[in-house]
Amino acid sequence: MALKKGQRTSSDDPEELARTPLQALLLADSFAQKFRPITLERPKVLLPLVNAPMINYTLAWLESVGVEEVFVFCCAHAQQVKDYLDGSDWVKHPSAFSVTTIESHDSISAGDALRFVYNHGVIRGDFILITGDTISNMSLTQALQEHKERRKKDPHAIMTMVIKRSKPLPQLHQTRLGTDEILMGIDPETKELLYYEDKADRSRRLITLDKSLLADNPSLILHNDKEDCYIDICSPDVLSIFTDNFDYQHLRRHFVKGLLVDDVSGYKIFTHEIQSSYAARIDNFRSYDTISKDIIQRWTYPLVPDILYFGSRTPMKLQRQGILKAPDVILSHSARIGPYSSVGSGTSIGDNSVIMNSVIGDCCTIGRNVSIHGSYIWDNVVIEDGCKLSHALVCDGVHLRSGVVLEPGVILSFKVEVGQNIVVPAYSKVSLLPQPSTQDSDEELEYADASSGVVESPSITSMGNAGNFDQTAVSSDGEKLDNSEVGISGVGYIWSNSDGGNEEEWRYSIASITAEKIMEYCNEAYDDHDASDHDLSIPQSGELAHDSESTGFDEGDGEDYRDTYSKFEKEVEETFQRALGGVHEDNLVLEMNALRLSYDKSHLDCAGAVFYSVMRSALAAAQSSNSNLIQTTNEVIDKWKGFLGKYIKSEDEQFEVILKFEEMCQETAKEFSPLFATILHRLYDKDIITEDAILSWAMEKEGADESDKIFVKQSEAFITWLKEAPEEDEDEDEDD
Amino acid sequence: MPYTNQAASLIDAVRAVGEQMIAANPVELAVGNIVRRVLHIIREEDLSSTTTAIEGLGLSDDDVDGDENEDHPALSAAVLAAAARSTLRAPSLQTLLEDIPVSAAAPPNSSSGGDSEGRSKSAEKSSRSRKLKHDVIEAMNELIQDIDTCHEQISEQAVEHIHQNEVILTLGRSRTVKEFLYAAKEKKRSFRVFVAEGAPRYQGHVLAKELVAKGLQTTVITDSAVFAMISRVNMVIVGAHAIMANGGVVAPVGINMVALAAQKHAVPFVVVAGSHKLCPLYPHNPEVLLNELKSPSDLLDFGEFSDCMDFGIQGGSPLLHVVNPTFDYIPPKLVSLFITDTGGHNPSYIYRLIADYYSADDLVVQGKSTS
Repeated sequence: MALKKGQRTSSDDPEELARTPLQALLLADSFAQKFRPITLERPKVLLPLVNAPMINYTLAWLESVGVEEVFVFCCAHAQQVKDYLDGSDWVKHPSAFSVTTIESHDSISAGDALRFVYNHGVIRGDFILITGDTISNMSLTQALQEHKERRKKDPHAIMTMVIKRSKPLPQLHQTRLGTDEILMGIDPETKELLYYEDKADRSRRLITLDKSLLADNPSLILHNDKEDCYIDICSPDVLSIFTDNFDYQHLRRHFVKGLLVDDVSGYKIFTHEIQSSYAARIDNFRSYDTISKDIIQRWTYPLVPDILYFGSRTPMKLQRQGILKAPDVILSHSARIGPYSSVGSGTSIGDNSVIMNSVIGDCCTIGRNVSIHGSYIWDNVVIEDGCKLSHALVCDGVHLRSGVVLEPGVILSFKVEVGQNIVVPAYSKVSLLPQPSTQDSDEELEYADASSGVVESPSITSMGNAGNFDQTAVSSDGEKLDNSEVGISGVGYIWSNSDGGNEEEWRYSIASITAEKIMEYCNEAYDDHDASDHDLSIPQSGELAHDSESTGFDEGDGEDYRDTYSKFEKEVEETFQRALGGVHEDNLVLEMNALRLSYDKSHLDCAGAVFYSVMRSALAAAQSSNSNLIQTTNEVIDKWKGFLGKYIKSEDEQFEVILKFEEMCQETAKEFSPLFATILHRLYDKDIITEDAILSWAMEKEGADESDKIFVKQSEAFITWLKEAPEEDEDEDEDD
Repeated sequence: MPYTNQAASLIDAVRAVGEQMIAANPVELAVGNIVRRVLHIIREEDLSSTTTAIEGLGLSDDDVDGDENEDHPALSAAVLAAAARSTLRAPSLQTLLEDIPVSAAAPPNSSSGGDSEGRSKSAEKSSRSRKLKHDVIEAMNELIQDIDTCHEQISEQAVEHIHQNEVILTLGRSRTVKEFLYAAKEKKRSFRVFVAEGAPRYQGHVLAKELVAKGLQTTVITDSAVFAMISRVNMVIVGAHAIMANGGVVAPVGINMVALAAQKHAVPFVVVAGSHKLCPLYPHNPEVLLNELKSPSDLLDFGEFSDCMDFGIQGGSPLLHVVNPTFDYIPPKLVSLFITDTGGHNPSYIYRLIADYYSADDLVVQGKSTS
């Protein structure tokens, strides 16, 4: 009987697996700031894409491919997403397709989101991982079947990525979707993904591959003609991998690359290439533009506005030349709508206005002699006579008074008002909300959305009030907009371009790229961008580069070494920065050791880097609190002396630390230079550096150039004191 | 106003559902056709039951109270209107034939009405509504059966149209055409079929495979070769998406070209379609003559042409536009013959067929309920 029972359960198992409803996890948060300032007020997934919030496209697609349960993970503006879904047909009319929201308030990356979902335990079988800004009309049947078959053969095949072919023109990724070219190494037989690089170093026109990649795989095709669709079929293991590797944040940059490099666990990622169907993700304003146009051109059929109408909107009618128009549009006889435009219901357009390649939302009022080219106008916008808009994005409730000119790439966020005859310069972003003053570093940009998402909602009302009765107040701050910029009756702040300035803006903006820019881009005259790319490189690339030496790429060893060292140093510094946030010292030591091993660095390097980070933190603390540098430094040294002691043990290491300190004083942190001798003394007092090391350093420096000897001279008194001290010490010892 | 008339409330309910269904996919005209057919059936059944009921009521006029009195004018008005309508409409052969079984069914019906008249009027009313319900369901089942068997009924006529050693040309794939050709083959007719592949969906390839499996001599040609081949063809047989009230046809894209070629060479152009594809609307109105524009990916590979589709350069508008319509409209003068499940008809006769299947009140399904 018992045996029979056991047999039954075992025979049930595969059936059970097959019967689990197909689930999807929809991340309704991009964890990026590309859509700021708009996303400060409304989550990205609810932004209208050709007159319907973009999450609808994703949900409609999920329904069409036979997904039965969707979990919508919302973080930033979770309430707005929830409210929207609760009021929409997706939740109101439950059918075979159920939509459930999962709310989290402290997730700041896709990795956090997946860990959160894992803890919820709602995902039971294979699931589709997608973000709420992905538009597709592909059929999943084949991909799912392939995935399941592979899973049966090899439980390590945990993920199938959907990719799409595009033209192998390097500038095309940029001009179409505003993303970087992606390099993928794929096994042509098994379709296994072996290599993934979305931040390829374009300046040097070479990539470095791990030698084992070629040795272990019989065949490998490197593609630069594939687009990543960001649609993944995952097994539940993916969630547990994220939970195990708590430092994975980004789906591609950390998770995919991490798995590809990780030989131990043996997890494999496969690809599925779609042929004729469409799939793309809205990553930035440029892809928003491109995908809107693709929808109007019906590449996403049947996900087009005249077939799918979401909610109670009046259906759009498709007219000749691809013009989508709601039936109740009030169009003047002399107004002209050009091909591939869309006009929402309740909108009225005045005499002699021209609308080309644009999307206009519901209930807008457009005056006379207005020209709108390639722009996106959302709902309830008022545009008075004679305005000229080209390649601009205008959000809900904006009011443009007569004669306003919006130059290419302008973004006007919700309810901004622009006064008469104002010319808004190209690529400017105007919002009612002030720009957050805390500028995140380049790397943090990707993940910092959530925190701001929580804070901002109360500030909307306060700002609205301020804007109403005190418009001149905005001129007080240099960063904010004064009257001359938004005009007499204008309301709004101009956001300064945080980093890179206009240099970067053109890449992600709605405005079309000029021919010169493309030339420039093709000629790789883009050095500063490459430089910043280095900073973003992942740890694993260090390893790859190291291997490349042995495979015989002719790169200078020294340069390469310094390269990895600076990366290592940066990594150590970041780890240390995190530690300041309250990581236990033991964990910090563990992490440092792991870093040292992964970069294959000696103890000497490590000591130098750790010391460097500690001193940097002291400098940063002193600058932020404006207190005495020497005092802060002493405090920091006191605090971390145990930690430093773990790394700075031998005399060689101490010697290295002094050299490092000297280098710092000369180059990176000149603030320390007058204090060199004092701090050296302090280090000596705290037993971090022994006298032997200091003396040997002084010896070493004796033969050096005059310029190198500044610090030796500075600490001359201390050194001479040290030279005399030993005897005293010994005396004392003998006394004991 | 509470509905005293069962049929009227049923019509309203069906109309409301029908409106939603039509709005869900306005391109699919067959949905609207069937909604109108159903409405027509309800009206007809109501008409027949009220005529019998009126006879019964005439007898029971003495013992009616005020409540019943209110019912009367409404009922009789509806009946008068219906009667007026049926007299206004010239009796076609079809209706005359249809009327016979109805009147034959009437006597037992009226006798049952007479029985119930002795009892309470509510019982009478419920029996009448039950009768109506029963009749409507029966007629509905008939309709369903008609649609199910329309292919067989059409293909029964195949031997009359396809003769020995003829060459037939068709475009794309239509199930009706396929069954039609199968039926002719089964009747031991030997003939050849030219299949134009029907770009960009190439359904012609599928049809060719199916015909060959049945042992038919088949030749696949490109759509562009139709004009060159038409002189060797004895008859063109195509399917339709919808047949409009004026005899025009909405059919898969490319068929207009075939029809013009056939006219040029005086080749008979035959459209086969079930009667559910008869649409009572006229194609003047752009709201009615909807075309469906599909994805350009049928024509072009997105990856290959992604640089031509690029909005990022050239001032933000690409020079390449792709139009991929699903349907053609073929004017009635190009059509030689319609073969439906009720037999062969001339294009000019279609309006009469439509008058048999639909009542004029239902032509505009949406407009009624919104106003």
